[in-house]
Amino acid sequence: CMTPAKDQFQEELVIRPLHSGDIYASFQFRTLWDTDFLQEGQKKVSHYRLFPKSLGQVLSKFSVQELHISFTQGFWRTMQWGQPFIPSPPGAELWVWFHHTVSDVDGNWKELTNVLSGIFCASLNFIDMTNTVQPSASFKPLGLGNATDHRFLRYATLPREIVCTENLTPWKKLLPCGSKAGLAVLMKSEKLFHSSFHSQAVHIRPICQDEQCTSKAWELRQTLNVVFDHYTSGQGKKEWSLFKMFSRTLTEACPLASSSKVYVDITDNPELFELSPATPLLSQAVVLGDRRTYSVYDLTRAETFGQLRSFNLLLRWKGDNMLRPLLHAERYVAGFGLQTGEIHTVIYNNHPYRAFPVLLMDSVPWYLQLYIHTLTVTSKSRDNKPSYIHYQPAKDRHRPHLLEMLIQLPPHSMTEVTVQFERALLKWTEYTPDPNHGFYVGSSVISALVPSMVAMSTNFTQDQPLFSSFVPVKEESSYFVRVYTEPLLVNLPTPDFSMPYNVICLTCTVVAVGYGSFYNLLTRTFQVDEPSPPLAKRLANFIRRIRGVPLLA
Amino acid sequence: MRIFAFIHLLVSIPHGYSNYVETKAGQFFSSGHTNNWAVLVCTSRFWFNYRHVANTLSVYRSVKRLGIPDSHIVLMLADDMACNYRNPKPATVFSHKNMELNVYGDDVEVDYRGYEVTVENFLRVLTGRLPPSTPRSKRLLSDDRSNILIYLTGHGGNGFLKFQDSEEISNMELADAFEQMWQKRRYNELLFIIDTCQGASMYERFYSPNLMALASSQVGEDSLSHQPDLAIGVHLMDKYTFYLLEFLEEVHPASQANMNDLFKVCPQSQCVSTPGHRTDLFQRDPGSVLITDFFGSVRKVEITKDTINLTSPVEPPIQRQVEHSFVADISSQKPKQKDWHPPDGFILGLWTLILLVFFQTYGIKHLKHIF
Repeated sequence: CMTPAKDQFQEELVIRPLHSGDIYASFQFRTLWDTDFLQEGQKKVSHYRLFPKSLGQVLSKFSVQELHISFTQGFWRTMQWGQPFIPSPPGAELWVWFHHTVSDVDGNWKELTNVLSGIFCASLNFIDMTNTVQPSASFKPLGLGNATDHRFLRYATLPREIVCTENLTPWKKLLPCGSKAGLAVLMKSEKLFHSSFHSQAVHIRPICQDEQCTSKAWELRQTLNVVFDHYTSGQGKKEWSLFKMFSRTLTEACPLASSSKVYVDITDNPELFELSPATPLLSQAVVLGDRRTYSVYDLTRAETFGQLRSFNLLLRWKGDNMLRPLLHAERYVAGFGLQTGEIHTVIYNNHPYRAFPVLLMDSVPWYLQLYIHTLTVTSKSRDNKPSYIHYQPAKDRHRPHLLEMLIQLPPHSMTEVTVQFERALLKWTEYTPDPNHGFYVGSSVISALVPSMVAMSTNFTQDQPLFSSFVPVKEESSYFVRVYTEPLLVNLPTPDFSMPYNVICLTCTVVAVGYGSFYNLLTRTFQVDEPSPPLAKRLANFIRRIRGVPLLA
Repeated sequence: MRIFAFIHLLVSIPHGYSNYVETKAGQFFSSGHTNNWAVLVCTSRFWFNYRHVANTLSVYRSVKRLGIPDSHIVLMLADDMACNYRNPKPATVFSHKNMELNVYGDDVEVDYRGYEVTVENFLRVLTGRLPPSTPRSKRLLSDDRSNILIYLTGHGGNGFLKFQDSEEISNMELADAFEQMWQKRRYNELLFIIDTCQGASMYERFYSPNLMALASSQVGEDSLSHQPDLAIGVHLMDKYTFYLLEFLEEVHPASQANMNDLFKVCPQSQCVSTPGHRTDLFQRDPGSVLITDFFGSVRKVEITKDTINLTSPVEPPIQRQVEHSFVADISSQKPKQKDWHPPDGFILGLWTLILLVFFQTYGIKHLKHIF
């Protein structure tokens, strides 16, 4: 009798009031499973309990080591909202590390994108060779894996991809309790999509169970980040409740969860802040270089729900105090006309005295032909030469541009990266049905280890809240940050698609009228014709013919 | 004597009862289908075509409510209206003004969306010729015992339907696709509903058996939209589908409403255009076809606690025998000729004008060249 694989499920919700008056809610659902999908020689995994079967089958069929997929609507405003717990670019982003035993990575990648498009009801099948890149340094594995060969990594992004209820529905179905119990009851699409920022993601990776890494487990994290903007859009005061945000309250924890908690960021309590119901449970965590205090509500305990069997959190706050983000970036297109242009990426280092390096990755589609000889990197109006550049030029209709650079940012400075490009003319079948909207260029990714003001803890504990344990912390003095810039929307020279019809009509008319008249002129002969006699004479002639008498003139 | 008659009566009652059961069992197998599929397509892009998405979603909602699961529905929406930035209420698509009915719902699954809705993908879904890596939710996995409902909406003209403002499907292509489906035995019966301008032209060319078609307007007529909502700013539904939705809301899985009721939906007084239908290729009488045969997924299950002895074998459905002998005849049969009508007033007037001008200019004498 085989011992069943051990799996456990944890869910958590973190609510963080933002300094602009908005509120940031981050759901994380984690399933840990002691099994090995990729071990050869062992019977295939066939008994699934908490881990969703559709994803498990995908992992074993395509020999996936790590999978990260996110769907985002809206853009994360770093200057107003700080750093997110889990960053994501607008649109859809998918990056996958394949196992080193895979022989045909491209074939697996193509099939994987098709399968995922069916699972998540998204058009991921539009990911192909023209928008896939293999970054050499930017996307190192977040879980276990000593993979250094970037040939097994594939990264693609679809900036145009829309997120709506049809993507949320299958995402919710992957949870062990679905949307029927636990924190997932709060996910009603009418409220979730009426927000400034909505991002849902699935992250799968193998991790160590303990400090010495004697046993490994597969971790599936489903995260949903949403920023409600009722205050800044003028629909409410700086007063929030769970009911107001989600139009639901919590009634029970998911029975399959080993831990179900709600964290509220109260670092600014009590002068600026009022929270009800109050709770004695507090927890401190160092996250993103800042020490923050959280009120914890444990949903597995019945007393959290009170007399009414329903848990509704109420927040009221007066002021705002935010740690200025140390790293943020923006990107825009400069120039005019439909022939050339310039991409500017601006990176800000707001640390007062420390300089640190950042890795900038740019993936530009082939129809914007970059001129790398015009690439300039300037900091404080002086040239700043990157210490590592990896550039893969594009091949028309085959491969996009990939540019990765390691740039040292001086303290308290602004660094500008510019590169000129030329717009290509596409073939008429390659245009989308609405070409005048423009074509999207995916966000740039800036990955960095930012020096931290507060010492991060490198202790490995199982009780860490999920939001602070997503990225493994290797050293105490810095934390990992990934910043995504805006996607770009560029107009390509677009032909007038009604012109072929117009041309055919015009040409055929001209030919018909011209040729017809010409032919008539050349071939028509003229004959003299006698005028016809009046009716009376004709009748008389008719009668004379019958009589046999000669006719009148 | 009387006692004898009474005993005879007592004996004959159980015999009559088992006869009744046998006829019921015979009826049990009379309809030929075992599963239901639906292919619902909205072909228009851009915000002002909101009503086409609302049309498709209201049929989706009815079909789901009557029992067809998401795995058996292929939903194709050419643009996203619910999460469009112009939508004042995100994640909703309304069909009635004053936002009464949200047809988008909370558990919708769209299989083909955005740029994926093309003529090629639509025909590939119908004929089943998809690349091997296509996931199951994007396939029409029907067999020869499936009843399929196909609903199309968008902008159309005489003989064509426009997809996403950049390509068209013609009525001949559609008829050929259905013939391919018939040859590969991909359907038992097919109901085709189209809500576009001049929709009747799309079913004129059908020639495969077991097809029934409905359209919202005849050739030469436009299908009109129903009502705008001032908060959203666009028209919410087309008239024909609006009244179709009203009709379908009354239908429940056990209802006995039949196709003749469906043909009466939206008469000219309500729709302004004249809805049309075509049943000559369909073998059964439309009055005996239930709405739930196509719109619902009614499982034929009858629970009984008694044991029933079936003495004679149950008659196989007559339809199947007929089908085998008729196949050759039907495929060579031409579609029924439409009755000849005398030419329309406009055509008569035009010809009179032409003849008048001709004889005015050239005189009567040219008649001798003609005759």
